[in-house]
Amino acid sequence: MLTLYGKQFSSRLLIGSALYPSPKIMQDSIRAAGSEIVTVSVRRETAGAKTGDAFWSLIRELGVTVLPNTAGCKGVREAVTTAKLARELFNTSWIKLEVIADNDTLQPDVVGLVEAANILVKDGFEVFPYCTEDLSVAMRLVDAGCKVVMPWASPIGSAKGITNRDGLKLLRDRLPDIRLVVDAGLGAPSHASEAMELGYDAVLLNTAIAKAADPVAMAGAFKSGVEAGHAAFKAGLLGARDFASPSTPVIGTPFWHAVS
Amino acid sequence: MVTNLKPHAASISVIGAGIAGAWQALAFARAGHDVTLYERDSAAMTQATSHWAGGMLAPWCEAEASEPVITRLGARSLDLWREALPDTPFNGSLVVSHPRDRADFDRFAKLTTHHARIDATKIAALEPALEGQFRDALFFADEGHVEPRDVLPRLHDRAASAGAAIAFDTNWQPDDLKNGKNNIVIDCRGLAAREDGDTDLRGVKGEMIVVETDEVSLSRPVRLIHPRWPLYIIPRGDNRFMIGATSIESEDRGVSVRSALELLSAAYAVHPAFAEARIVEIGAGLRPAYPDNLPRIAIDGQRICVNGLYRHGFLLAPALAELTLGYVERGAIDNEVMRCA
Repeated sequence: MLTLYGKQFSSRLLIGSALYPSPKIMQDSIRAAGSEIVTVSVRRETAGAKTGDAFWSLIRELGVTVLPNTAGCKGVREAVTTAKLARELFNTSWIKLEVIADNDTLQPDVVGLVEAANILVKDGFEVFPYCTEDLSVAMRLVDAGCKVVMPWASPIGSAKGITNRDGLKLLRDRLPDIRLVVDAGLGAPSHASEAMELGYDAVLLNTAIAKAADPVAMAGAFKSGVEAGHAAFKAGLLGARDFASPSTPVIGTPFWHAVS
Repeated sequence: MVTNLKPHAASISVIGAGIAGAWQALAFARAGHDVTLYERDSAAMTQATSHWAGGMLAPWCEAEASEPVITRLGARSLDLWREALPDTPFNGSLVVSHPRDRADFDRFAKLTTHHARIDATKIAALEPALEGQFRDALFFADEGHVEPRDVLPRLHDRAASAGAAIAFDTNWQPDDLKNGKNNIVIDCRGLAAREDGDTDLRGVKGEMIVVETDEVSLSRPVRLIHPRWPLYIIPRGDNRFMIGATSIESEDRGVSVRSALELLSAAYAVHPAFAEARIVEIGAGLRPAYPDNLPRIAIDGQRICVNGLYRHGFLLAPALAELTLGYVERGAIDNEVMRCA
């Protein structure tokens, strides 16, 4: 089971609710992914908290835990204000905290992020900070009181997969008691598997599913990828080695085959 | 199925004279039925969702984010537009992208058909104003566009010439239906149909901006790849261009600064001269949509509801009118769009 701020979940695939061709396809994709936690962008989809009730009821129908997201916030104050709006709207202390440094890369502003996390934790929020794979930043977030840290694999929506495997591995090794979620940049189920094989607790996805030609089928594919990666991690993966290690005895192999 | 309809003596009340209702009235009037079209707004139709529409007739571009039924009905609609209004421009549409959105451009090309990938020379030949702006583009040669605010009154006129009576400034309630055997009500009220309990409907905000400049001239809509929305620059008459539209899950009717920035910068990305254009109008409409964003013809006895046209009103209305007519006259059922009570 995955435990996040005291709540237990069996699915390790968190999913976003934006960019689908229709709300119906969004619902079907979330069901196909088996996700129990759905992120909802507070800024973009609420327009001053006047979002159509119809859209909310479609999310509520799913019976999932909503993780509001301060998507696109560019400063500490804006992120904190948005988090408070989200708490009112969704009646939850959970917040996915995004503080964006740059509109082109959607790179996290890690300085602002730590500051905002400090403010929000003191205010009683349970914070899911979206950060880079930098260890010192992750440690500051933990110091601030975050029990969950969500490093990117690569920039939001880039579909590049894990670009700094060693960095993510280091985070896992150094923060064994923190729930680590790879957030952003995953493009293929194999990327999600890789993150889980590294020992990550979960992954968070949106674009790779929502913008697939068949989002519902892709959601199922990611579900399998996450499960395979997690099962492989628990089963204990072999470390890589430089030479082949034969799984059948070489005794009896003719020497002209053995040396080729 | 309704079996007691008498095809050539039907009395048809169409409620709502937006694009869906206008086409229903036209189709039934032309087929010789006794049609009355009711509209609570005045003839200017400024309250209608259609007033804010782009008027794109782009069934193949739409395949990027829509199901095949939209393309099927849309392609049929193109023929019906041609037949009803032969001067409808079918100059095709161009799809271009900013270099940073290249991956989305390639995705668009992969998910759509009926296009040719053209180079800078060909772009300049089609749209001289865009010379040197883009390395390549997708050209959807068979697509067209209409100017909603011109075309809607023309459709009303056509329907009237074909014998339909049109009552503007008239509230009509479906409960008024007298259950005479030949009375059929076609409810095309869009979001207003929620008042009678169609709770599946929701409004999806679409924001648009009209600008005016004589420095740019385009003869077809240009679609700029955007990570979230299908954004078009659509040439109107009188040096005007409509830039639209966003697609936001909200029933607020305001236009946000963020949306305005995105729309205007889209125009600027297509041609820098748009920076000097005058802003003529900024507005937003609420499109009626069902959870699957697909249109629906719901049949319940003498009452037929045509709704959920979402972003595709001008694209789908003719084909939906043809389907409704086919049902009333022959009992023909289209399983993809029709639901029978």
